[in-house]
Amino acid sequence: MNAKELIARRVAKELKDGDVVNLGIGLPTMVANYVDPSIDITFQSENGMLGLAAAPSKENEDWDLTNAGGKPVTMTTGGVFFDSATSFGIIRGGHVDATVLGSLQVDEEGNIANWIIPGKMVPGMGGAMDLLVGAKKVIVAMQHTSNGEHKILKKCTLPFTAVKEVNMIVTELGVMEITPEGIVLKEIAPGVTIEEVQQATEATLIISENLKEIEI
Amino acid sequence: MKKKIISIAEFVAKIPNGASIMVGGFMNIGTAEGIIDEMLKTDVKDLTIICNDAGLPGVGVGKLIDAGKVKKLIASHIGLNPIAGQKMTSGEMEVELIPQGTLAERIRSAGAGLGGILTPTGIGTIVQDGKEIIEVDGRKYILENPLKADFAFLLGHVVDKKGNIVYNKTIRNFNPLMATAAECVVVQARKVVEIGELDPDHIITPHIFVDYIVEVSK
Repeated sequence: MNAKELIARRVAKELKDGDVVNLGIGLPTMVANYVDPSIDITFQSENGMLGLAAAPSKENEDWDLTNAGGKPVTMTTGGVFFDSATSFGIIRGGHVDATVLGSLQVDEEGNIANWIIPGKMVPGMGGAMDLLVGAKKVIVAMQHTSNGEHKILKKCTLPFTAVKEVNMIVTELGVMEITPEGIVLKEIAPGVTIEEVQQATEATLIISENLKEIEI
Repeated sequence: MKKKIISIAEFVAKIPNGASIMVGGFMNIGTAEGIIDEMLKTDVKDLTIICNDAGLPGVGVGKLIDAGKVKKLIASHIGLNPIAGQKMTSGEMEVELIPQGTLAERIRSAGAGLGGILTPTGIGTIVQDGKEIIEVDGRKYILENPLKADFAFLLGHVVDKKGNIVYNKTIRNFNPLMATAAECVVVQARKVVEIGELDPDHIITPHIFVDYIVEVSK
């Protein structure tokens, strides 16, 4: 199993029956593939729908039915469309139970930076700032490091996308929870040592008394 | 009753240099591309475009950016259009980035006669720089001003001759909000029907917001 699949499978286990969930573009989108089929999750897409489902086959593509990346998707029975104000009312108003998104940096206070690298890359925040502030639970799903550079830091060096909003980080090395005391390592990937996770992390990890292997 | 249906060329001739234009759509889904194509035939320039995103090069508002007609872009995301990024870096085009939910509410509030909105989105980030922070019940909010424009370009799936609009699936997005917040609103209709043919319960944008209808079959 590759790193991305491990991360997506573990995040999928965080979702609970009845949750309304918004998945970011990229790795987070993969989470939908691994949700327990016996539970009912409603996926929200910020371009204006509840009931987002898998991409259609090429011949069934409908370019009026797309996700936030502008790519064709399908809808579950009972799904609904709405305008952007309603969509962000759902997001900002606390009606989304969990959002899963990738990041450039996360720090031990739960701050996150993923919308701009000044002078280098300015993609914009899109809906990320609203999702971070509004979702009840924020799960960052990302690779632990980027080309050997730390991404889980004592303090983000890039401009924040939101302040103290991240609840959980899932990487290929482990599962971490952001607490008032700092980042607690709760689960560790098979064959990885605590020292290896710490070396890949700039922030000092608090090791959970109940540290266990990631179950997927 | 004023006749709202006009040709695209007639409508586009009304747009002066320096106009501010809201363009509905999300990654070009729900964008009135026929009107944009017609604008490319004119020498109108120095436009301020307000749109969710910069789309892609050669698509939707991306065409106006490619053609150098956009002086300023107000959007939430430009990451999938490298030409927009280059023009921003070179200083050829000014870009103002706004969180998507804030963009939606700034437009809605302008159309609804409000003096802006209070949002927690962006607190503690550079988005709050230079803006008033107001505390309500112990939580901090940014005061975001209403956002208006001279024109709004909408895409309608079915439009009656009075200007009532029905959308289709995810083409709706910013269109119903922009309909309320511009001086002159045009809808590009895929199909125009007689007044009375639309179920009043299914109409999303009421006709009073729409000034002109141009028909471009899909």
